[in-house]
Formats: sequence, structure tokens, C-alpha cells
Amino acid sequence: MSAPGAILVITEQRDGKLNRVSYETIAAAQKIAAHTGCSVEAVVMGADVSSAANEIAAKKLAKVYQIQSPSLEQYTADGYVAALKPFLLEKSPSLVLFPHTYQVRDFAPKLALALDRPVISDVVGYKYESGKLIFTRQMFQGKFAADVSFTGEPPYFATVQAGSFRADQAENGPAPVPIETVNAAVENTSIRVKSHEIYKEAKQAVDLTQAEIIVSVGRGIKEQKNVDIAAKLAEALGGELAASRPICDAGWLPIERQIGSSGQTVSPRLYIALGISGAIQHLVGMKGSRSIIAVNKDPEAPIFDIADVAVIGNLLEIVPALTEEVKKAKAEA
Amino acid sequence: MKILVCIKQVPQKDAPLKLNESGSWIREDVSYEANEPDAYALEEALRQKEKNGGEVVVLTAGPARAQQALREALAKGADRAIHLEGDEFVRLDPASTAKAIAAAVKSENFDLVFTGLQSDDFGYAQTGVLLAEVLGWPHSTIILHIAKEGDGLKLKRELEAGYFQDLEMPLPAVLTIQSGGNKLRYATLMGIKQAKNKPITKLGWADVAAAVGKNGLKIERLYIPGKQKQTEKIDGPPAEIARKLVDKLRNEMRVL
Repeated sequence: MSAPGAILVITEQRDGKLNRVSYETIAAAQKIAAHTGCSVEAVVMGADVSSAANEIAAKKLAKVYQIQSPSLEQYTADGYVAALKPFLLEKSPSLVLFPHTYQVRDFAPKLALALDRPVISDVVGYKYESGKLIFTRQMFQGKFAADVSFTGEPPYFATVQAGSFRADQAENGPAPVPIETVNAAVENTSIRVKSHEIYKEAKQAVDLTQAEIIVSVGRGIKEQKNVDIAAKLAEALGGELAASRPICDAGWLPIERQIGSSGQTVSPRLYIALGISGAIQHLVGMKGSRSIIAVNKDPEAPIFDIADVAVIGNLLEIVPALTEEVKKAKAEA
Repeated sequence: MKILVCIKQVPQKDAPLKLNESGSWIREDVSYEANEPDAYALEEALRQKEKNGGEVVVLTAGPARAQQALREALAKGADRAIHLEGDEFVRLDPASTAKAIAAAVKSENFDLVFTGLQSDDFGYAQTGVLLAEVLGWPHSTIILHIAKEGDGLKLKRELEAGYFQDLEMPLPAVLTIQSGGNKLRYATLMGIKQAKNKPITKLGWADVAAAVGKNGLKIERLYIPGKQKQTEKIDGPPAEIARKLVDKLRNEMRVL
């Protein structure tokens, strides 16, 4: 049995590979543990996850659990909850942290409610005030921050937004920590959803993650024909054209150009956001960019919170002027 | 198929929001609209009805003003509406909201419940998943396409980074619907007229209070987020802005 009140990190792997945001969540757990004095443990789940478990055992943790069952080969909410519920009841952690991924959104609230607990989801930070753990999250599409606390008893559940903590700050331990195998008793018959292999659609002609310069358009572009204004800027700069989700939903640019939680996550040298308000789902896909220039007519747009350069004005006038100046500068060079 | 669509009314996307005096909530003297993710849930439900027949019922849990969101849904083609009316529903945590909704529809026999992915105000993305747990039904999230297959459904679910997954599941079920699977329809003039005669059942806090527990979460305070970065503003007429930007691109960011 783990020490009472451990912080448990539920990591996420696919095909034996842990995602980056799992390490970000470990970094978050280690930081919180420094305040609360709890130990930090990690969980890896699947059918056979020994390589992922070994990878994470290199981190500064008290222990790693590999929760295994053939029924966990493919992710299902029923399978994961059936595996984790008895485990959490036995271990009684003080805090359970997950990365805020699409998979976690599918099962974490269900797991918590099965244990009669709430979840604070999509947290970007935490505070420790007079012995009370408070999580910070964004509300109203990033316009406000909210400090949220739990009114009841532990275990507490929270999911951590990608990019809120740094994966490279997940401290390594002096030596690999013990890995305990937990054979989860998950009946195949209790799993109500049948899921198939994940896949990518047809071909992905453009890999935005490799682009050094990205010019991205949002709703502020107003009409489909205006997308060309952004395309010309991208061309002049030698960059790629991208978009926020609403532009792709409208069919103005193909889905493969989408940046955000559903689309691609990029960190180019330069990201130019045109008419993008800065909704959380979009920011999560580009806030790691080295330099961000934002053009928007709304001075309150949340995009300006993460921009290095803010241009408050009409992009339909500014962008063509910028394209001209860029062409001039390149001709002179 | 009998489909329930849960709709939330949230402040309009570009409404200028201000904090109240105590910083505990926003000032509510703004314009409201139906949560856009929920519009995609409604659209999918209406298309399922057009394909397979049945009934689409919309529900909202919110103050009197939220009735407008129901009227718009009825105008788009929903058959009837349920208004869980009360100010108490505005700041409920997702689990309490899910329990209230389950209590409100206890006597109905829905085959499917749709919600949007998340609300644009809280953005918890939990209510649909929690509702499935309260009802004891299977669920899936971030759904783009739904097809009836025998007694159950074939679904296409969206994952991160351009990946997808196909699923099968039985009915009844709860699904949270992703945007972009369909184009949103507008209400027609005929639809708006017909909506006036469609029934809206009203329920109140008293009707569901017994099923709803204590709020498990508390908003300690709302505030304007602190700046993470130093942001430099560039002003002037477009040509001047362009020159200043090119200067930065060349000399600071070194991309020219």
C-alpha cells in the first residue's frame, strides 16, 4: 500500500510510447509535492506496458505501477474505469493528476464520479494557500482566470492543460524506482464500446510541425476570399498557411491546416496569428512558438496575453501592407 | 430515435465581459447566445431525425433568459423543449448539473443524449460524460459522425493531431459532439413561426434538488489573468505598422 496521501499521476501511452504531456503532469505533481510533502507515484496502463513503465521509472518518484490487462489493449472508458476504480480505493491517494487529453476527457470525470468526487479539469497552475490546494484554470475562453478549490474530502482529481508545465522539468531520480505490476480484473463483457485501431485520414500533404514560419487565420478573416490575403503573406515570408478550427469547420481551409488541440501542435520560430481571438483550444496548439505576432481588432482578445508583438487593428488593411514590405525587404537583401 | 440535446446559454462570443465587484463572478448584463458546441450537437440530432425519423427534444438548465436558446432550437426543427429554470443552475458544478438533467428526464425514454464538447464559459467538458455515468449508459466523446447500425451505432471519434477512431456501441448512449462534422443550419421563417406552438415544459430547482448533491467545487475568485509575457504594441497607419513589423522580423526575430 502506498504512503497515505500520495500524489498519483495517471500517464498516457500509445503503442508503448508515453506522450509529452504525461511528463508535464509528472513535473506538476513533483512541484505540488514539494509544498504538500506527499510522495509522487505514476501509473502506466495497457495490455503490456513494461517498456513505458521502465521509461517513467527513471523519474524522481516513489514508485511506478503498471496496471495491465488484455482488456486494456485498446482504450475504452469502461475498461479504464474498471481498472482504476478499485486501485484508487485501495491506494487512497490525496491527489490524482491526469494530462488533459482527449482520452482523459473521455474517462476521468466518469472515474471520479464513480468515487463520488469532482474533477477540476484543464488546470494551468496551482496555489497552496493555508494548507488548501487550489487549482487555477481559464474561463470564458481565456478572458478570465479562476482559482477553484474542492469543497469535500480527498482524493482530489485534476487534469492538467498541455504546455502548462514543462516536460523537461520532470526531475530524474538517482536510480530507477520500483515498478509494481497490478493485474487489473477487467471483464471484456463489461466493456460496452467496441473501439478499432486509430488512423490518420488519407494523406497529410503538409506537416506544419516542420514549418519555421506559420501564418494562421481565425474568424477575424471574415470571408473565405480574404484567406488569400493571408496566403500571400505566408508565401512572401516563405512560411506555411494554417488556421484555427472554425476556419476549417467552415471548409475555408482543409482540416490538415488546423492548429489546436484537435489539429497540430506547433512551435515555429515565428507564428503570425491573424484575426484569431485566442481560444484555449487554439492556444494549446501554438503557445510554444518562439515569437508570436498577433493582429486583431479586439484589444481584449486573449491572444494578446501570449503575443510578443500586438497589433490592434484591421488585418484586411495591415496584412497586404505587411506583405508589400516583406517583398521589398527580401528584394533588397 | 428519441434524442435529447442538452444546450447551454453562455455570454455571446464577443460580449465585453466584466467582473462583478467581489470578483466572484461576471456581471450578467451582457448578451447571451446558445453555446456554439451545443449548436453542433443539435445539428447532428436534427440530421439523425431526418435520416431515421423520431423526435428531438432540447433541454437547458438555466435562468429565464435561457428560454431563448430553446426557442431557437425549436425554430431549427426540434420538436419540444424542457426548461429546468432557475438561477441556481448557473454556477452548479458539472456533476450537479448532470444529476439535475438526469432527474429532469427520468420519466422519458431517450435512445440518445447529445451534448456539445464543452461550454464556452466554464469549459470543463464533463457534463456529457458525467450524465452517462449517472444514467448508467455507455458514452463516447468528440464524435464527428454517427450512423445507425442494427440496434446500435457506428461512430467516428476525433483524437488529437489529426487521428481518428471508429467505434461501435449499443443504445441508449450519451455522445458529446465535435464541431465541424456538419454545417450548422439557420432557422427558417417558417421554423420560427412553428416554434411558437411547440411545447416548452418548465421544471424548477425543487423538482430536482433531491437528486443533486452539494457542489463539489468552489470558485474562490475570478480575475484577469496575469501577463505571462512582455508584449510590445505596434501602432500607426497600416504602412507604418508594416515597416515596424518588417524591422522586427529582420533584426529581432531574424526570419528575413
